[in-house]
Amino acid sequence: MSDSGENDAAWTLYKDRPEWRDLKPVPENDGPSPVVVIAHSEKFEDVYNYFRAVLQSNEKSERALQLTKDAVELNPANYTVWQYRRDLLQALGTDLRTELDYVEAVIKHSPKNYQVWHHRRVLVEWLQDPSLELELTGDALLQDPKNYHAWQHRQWVMKTFGLFDKELEFVDNLITEDVRNNSAWNQRYFVMNNHLGWSDLNVQREICYTLEKIKFVKNNESSWNYLRGVCFHDKRGINGNAVVTSFCEELYKNKCRSPYLLAFIIDMCDEAIKKGETNTFHNADRAILLCHDLATKYDKIRSKYWNYVCDKFKKIQKAQNETDNHENNIDN
Amino acid sequence: MENQIRCFEDIFSEAFNNEKVVTDTSSDQVDVETSVFNIYKQFEKNASMDPDLPKLSRHTHSKILKNWLKGLHKSYECLDASRTWLVYWILHSLWLLNDLPDAETLSHIVQFLSHCQNEEGGYGGGPGQYSHLGTTYAAINALSIIGTDAAYDSIDRSSLQKFLWTLRDVDGSFALHKGGEQDIRGVYCALSVAKITNTYTDALFDKTAEWLVSCQTYEGGFAGCPGMEAHGGYAFCGIASLALLNKSHLCDVDALLRWCVNRQMRVEGGFQGRTNKLVDGCYSFWQGAAFPIISAILSQDNKEMIETVFFNQGALQEYLLICCQARDGGLIDKPGKLRDIYHTCYALSGLSVAQHGTGAGDPYVVGSPRNEVNRVHPLHNVAPHLVYNAVHYFIRHPPPVKDKN
Repeated sequence: MSDSGENDAAWTLYKDRPEWRDLKPVPENDGPSPVVVIAHSEKFEDVYNYFRAVLQSNEKSERALQLTKDAVELNPANYTVWQYRRDLLQALGTDLRTELDYVEAVIKHSPKNYQVWHHRRVLVEWLQDPSLELELTGDALLQDPKNYHAWQHRQWVMKTFGLFDKELEFVDNLITEDVRNNSAWNQRYFVMNNHLGWSDLNVQREICYTLEKIKFVKNNESSWNYLRGVCFHDKRGINGNAVVTSFCEELYKNKCRSPYLLAFIIDMCDEAIKKGETNTFHNADRAILLCHDLATKYDKIRSKYWNYVCDKFKKIQKAQNETDNHENNIDN
Repeated sequence: MENQIRCFEDIFSEAFNNEKVVTDTSSDQVDVETSVFNIYKQFEKNASMDPDLPKLSRHTHSKILKNWLKGLHKSYECLDASRTWLVYWILHSLWLLNDLPDAETLSHIVQFLSHCQNEEGGYGGGPGQYSHLGTTYAAINALSIIGTDAAYDSIDRSSLQKFLWTLRDVDGSFALHKGGEQDIRGVYCALSVAKITNTYTDALFDKTAEWLVSCQTYEGGFAGCPGMEAHGGYAFCGIASLALLNKSHLCDVDALLRWCVNRQMRVEGGFQGRTNKLVDGCYSFWQGAAFPIISAILSQDNKEMIETVFFNQGALQEYLLICCQARDGGLIDKPGKLRDIYHTCYALSGLSVAQHGTGAGDPYVVGSPRNEVNRVHPLHNVAPHLVYNAVHYFIRHPPPVKDKN
């Protein structure tokens, strides 16, 4: 949201500039019955009247390049302006390093805007030079550690140019700073999945890392979700890893009733049933009990969901009982 | 029973427990809860004197929406490249409130949108702007709401289909505009538009389902592109697109359901967009509309599911009606924020989903029965019969030029 410049008295409208006298401004053509008419400032209207004129005549010039800068300043979300600016950069053979500096300044001003980040990406593609990107996105994430655009640009750079080396350290710092920062957890997964890989050793290491973080803050969905994500890569499943199962039982025994813990144990029950490996801890009865506790006590807002999950286990239980009865009948 | 309005005591008992570890995330959350507690507490006092509460201020909202339709303050300059969106958001909100403008105004809108349409196909954010998939989606939805032959005939479907082809990448994903960024919004907008206007072909969306599935994350939701974090807006695009392609079985629906239900905030009642982020009124639709889609998918195996609503419909309505209505009209993200057209549209759309659930059972309306708003089609966010009318009009009137395949 740009201020259209009440304060800059020195501003000369394009229509008053001698070097633009040759071009006829093109007013916005809303037709005879306009709707959603925005009460533009005089400056906004003037700049865009000339931008439309340049666009219409397909003028490729230095002055047009300068004009797009003014248009961007007034509305950095105007994708047409950015696209035309890219066409100009190519047609004029402009120094792209200067353009990198320029877009960096716009990003600092509007860090949550699709167009600015896309412009940056195209420049990096053209230059085939990612050397400034980790710092740029790092700065943006310092301001807002959950800025989706910044993360997306960072992932693209890392994947395209193979810049994974120091990322785990970067992520670890962010998680240490705020263990609830889900974007950082997601980035950790990204590094594992695209770079380090899910070897048995790595899976075990990530599990230990995550369990430490859960010990620290138990009511943290981010770490529990990551744990589930990692366990998915464990060939033995979530029940097969004694570190995880005993960790969960220990928490439960110590009266931890974090809904994420209970949900995780329900998953373990589910897996045990599917594999035909039920035991004292992981079976349909326990799952039903936990669903009930979640629905009525620990996660009431989601009671409908937990009742739905509960019903699934009840069906399994019923089928199990019927089979048992049937077998008993045969025996008799 | 599950749909009863929550009393303040119950809401207060759900307060965030920071486990003595204060981080940015926890203090932001505590701040929101503090302001929401004050509002719910005050509400309980007011409601004890007026059983009609909470009340949807229909007339106030209608009035401001109709003003917006005419003209907007200078502060909307930042949305100068989204005027087609503004038209759709306003029209759809008015439809939800059952107060569409008169026929003359509607025909003005058709004319205005025609000025946003480009010869090479599609619609820009305003007259003279390049075509964009987001603004094209908005224009087609707005024209479907208007629903007259003139509205339908104003769409150049042959060039629209060509436009869609120019944005398609070999992997089945779509860019938002020529030379523009590529993400899951592109796929959703392209599919929604192609389905409504009958310009859909299998070839145009070849491999698209596989690309969509690669956007589902370890959390269960969908991201804007592979590798990124699960996010409410993108999750809606992901599951709605797979449903439009009839290929929802390719993704993990149980994981998606788990992720979606966990986005509902235990105190506020509204939805957050991502794990450990703050509530926002607009996710009432983006997250909320995923539920009827999921129920419809699950009902393919189990018929009962078509009436099953997996989220707390009452709590979401409480949040929208009690915390998200601006006094002078319009709806908001969260208490303390200013109203805007986008949030008005998606908060009202979310209210509709919260009241009508999957659409198969009876509506559940919090507060006065007069609070009931119209129903929406969860895949397009336009009234179901208006989607149907448009689709059938375009089936009866095939585009003059065949697809290149």
